[in-house]
Amino acid sequence: MIPLSWYLFFSAALFTIGLFGVLTRRNVIAILLGIELMLNAVNVNLVAFWRYGDVAAMTGQVFAIIVFAVAAAEVSAGLALVISVYRRSNTVVAEDLDLLKF
Amino acid sequence: MTPEKIIFLIVAGATLVSALMVVTTRNIVHAAFWLIAALFGVAAIFAILNAGFIAVVQVVVYIGAIAILFIFAVMLTRKDLRDTSAQQNRNWQAGALIAALTFGGLAALFQSWEKLSVAAPAIPSSFDAVAELGSQLTSPSAYVLPFEVASVLLLAAMIGAVYIAFTRK
Amino acid sequence: MDFLNDPLKVTAEWLEGIFGAWGMNAAFAHVLVVFLGVLLLLVLLMVVDIFLVWMERKVVSRFQDRIGPNRVGPYGLIQPFADIIKLVIKEDITPNGADRALYNLAPILSMMAVLMVWAVVPIAPVILGTDLNVGVLFLIAAGAIGTLSIIMAGWGSNNKFALIGGFRQVAVMVAFEVPMLTMLLIPTIFAGSMNMNAMIQAQDKIWYFVISPLGALIFLIAVIAELGRAPFDLAEGESELVAGFNTEYSGMKFGMFYAGELLHAMTFGGIWAILFFGGYRFFGLEQVSPFLAAAIFLAKALIGYWIIMWVKYTMVRIRIDQMLAFNWIFLTPLSFVLLMVTALMNALLRGTPSWVYGIGMFFSNVILAWLALEIARSVSRKEREKIEGAKPLAEAHH
Repeated sequence: MIPLSWYLFFSAALFTIGLFGVLTRRNVIAILLGIELMLNAVNVNLVAFWRYGDVAAMTGQVFAIIVFAVAAAEVSAGLALVISVYRRSNTVVAEDLDLLKF
Repeated sequence: MTPEKIIFLIVAGATLVSALMVVTTRNIVHAAFWLIAALFGVAAIFAILNAGFIAVVQVVVYIGAIAILFIFAVMLTRKDLRDTSAQQNRNWQAGALIAALTFGGLAALFQSWEKLSVAAPAIPSSFDAVAELGSQLTSPSAYVLPFEVASVLLLAAMIGAVYIAFTRK
Repeated sequence: MDFLNDPLKVTAEWLEGIFGAWGMNAAFAHVLVVFLGVLLLLVLLMVVDIFLVWMERKVVSRFQDRIGPNRVGPYGLIQPFADIIKLVIKEDITPNGADRALYNLAPILSMMAVLMVWAVVPIAPVILGTDLNVGVLFLIAAGAIGTLSIIMAGWGSNNKFALIGGFRQVAVMVAFEVPMLTMLLIPTIFAGSMNMNAMIQAQDKIWYFVISPLGALIFLIAVIAELGRAPFDLAEGESELVAGFNTEYSGMKFGMFYAGELLHAMTFGGIWAILFFGGYRFFGLEQVSPFLAAAIFLAKALIGYWIIMWVKYTMVRIRIDQMLAFNWIFLTPLSFVLLMVTALMNALLRGTPSWVYGIGMFFSNVILAWLALEIARSVSRKEREKIEGAKPLAEAHH
């Protein structure tokens, strides 16, 4: 049987990698990719705690489903913003987007 | 070393390598495809955790919808097909340091937690996780309110996305 | 006799016994046997696929009033092998500036997406890969990988026709996934389970086609769109896009797309049979032997495949905007309404005798189909009047 710690370390590593991507990428879409990795790491934790806790209480899985919905909402709104910004300012580099008003 | 552990290590290793490629590769289209590999690895982890429904939903939602959306967005926001400019910002060393500190802090937290090596309880053979999940998501005494709020959030995001990205003729 | 009643289990136990006798750990022996089972299934599918090539060519030739391949072997049966030799010895071209990794990965993924589906397909009561309790969702997951392979091919080829074809296909697949997923929920409501084997077991009294003909029809339309076959083959559209997403592929890489498409069509013929035509059930014959049940399933899958071919070779291609409008304006709302009506009827008729339940479901389907057609007819009449009303002006101008 796999110990719980393996899952926790795996998800911590995944979260950290995502965090690194969010902090260092210049492209806005790549930053969103990093956020997806972080959300996935959270989901791994939630499902692992469901499996290693009380299996009959589905809290972990319910939370994971809600995280899916939030991720989908975040991506659709986020990418729409990125495309809209690209149309106006012709760039998706985060540090070039420093105007409050176009 | 049981086969289960070997499978976990292979999947986890592949997922982490893919995740590293997502944040380091210069080609953003490749980054999106590496993200798909990482998401697939996470789905496999869910399957190892006996959460079959979550694993399949992960593939349907993330790979079938979110990743495709990413690929479209990457392709729509490129001036030319080459990635010549730098992909990391100036402070990438500071970012790496913060990430390493976060991982170190989490690892230290895990070490001081006594429930870390708890064994997974056996799942009773009569237990139907999908049916249980479905009834809890729709039962007023359980999670129907968060479920409905999440649905409203999705609807709002959909309308917002259409409004923002819409071009007036 | 045990072998004839449950071939997979008996073989697996026999092999595990052999591996155990070699001193192998029981857990490892089990994993190895499962792996061998997967390999066996894949090899069988590939063999079936080879004959699908022959069948497709024979059937299309009959539709087009030709004889089809008849030179190599009896009835041209060896023709697929000649095709394979031709494809293998062709020059393998990678276009200039192609994204090599994605370009080479795409045909493999396209094949994989099809083969993955068979992991959950119950071929006979005891012959099935895994008894997944979310089997029908797994179908959509496998479809997602197929979408991915096409966008990879379109992007990796460094060819504008390929990219347009890839984009079109993704738009179509994402759109038609909605009615497809909705229609997958109708057998789920009837059977009370997402497990495919449980769905087949629940069709012991009546096939779901009889109580939900509209659902079966919408599912078939969505499946044909998912497969990218005519009249929905916009991704290839020879007359406008050369060959769409597989323009740049040659040799066996093209062969994999082609073989994948044929196997995909046959697979979805089988899925259609499982969801709406009782799968391996045929008036109790499936109880006799699992091999007979598998033969029944294969026959039903091939009939479904034949219907898909029939549509493909007798319909004309429609335009991409017409196709997407057809989905978003007509098919998706209709499938949502059908799902709601079915769920409501299911709740109302739950306690009634099964014949009342069946007749109620059937008539709710028929009434809904009639209403949908009436609305579509009145809308299209208005459209036509709008266009024809403008006509005299145009003629006066001449």
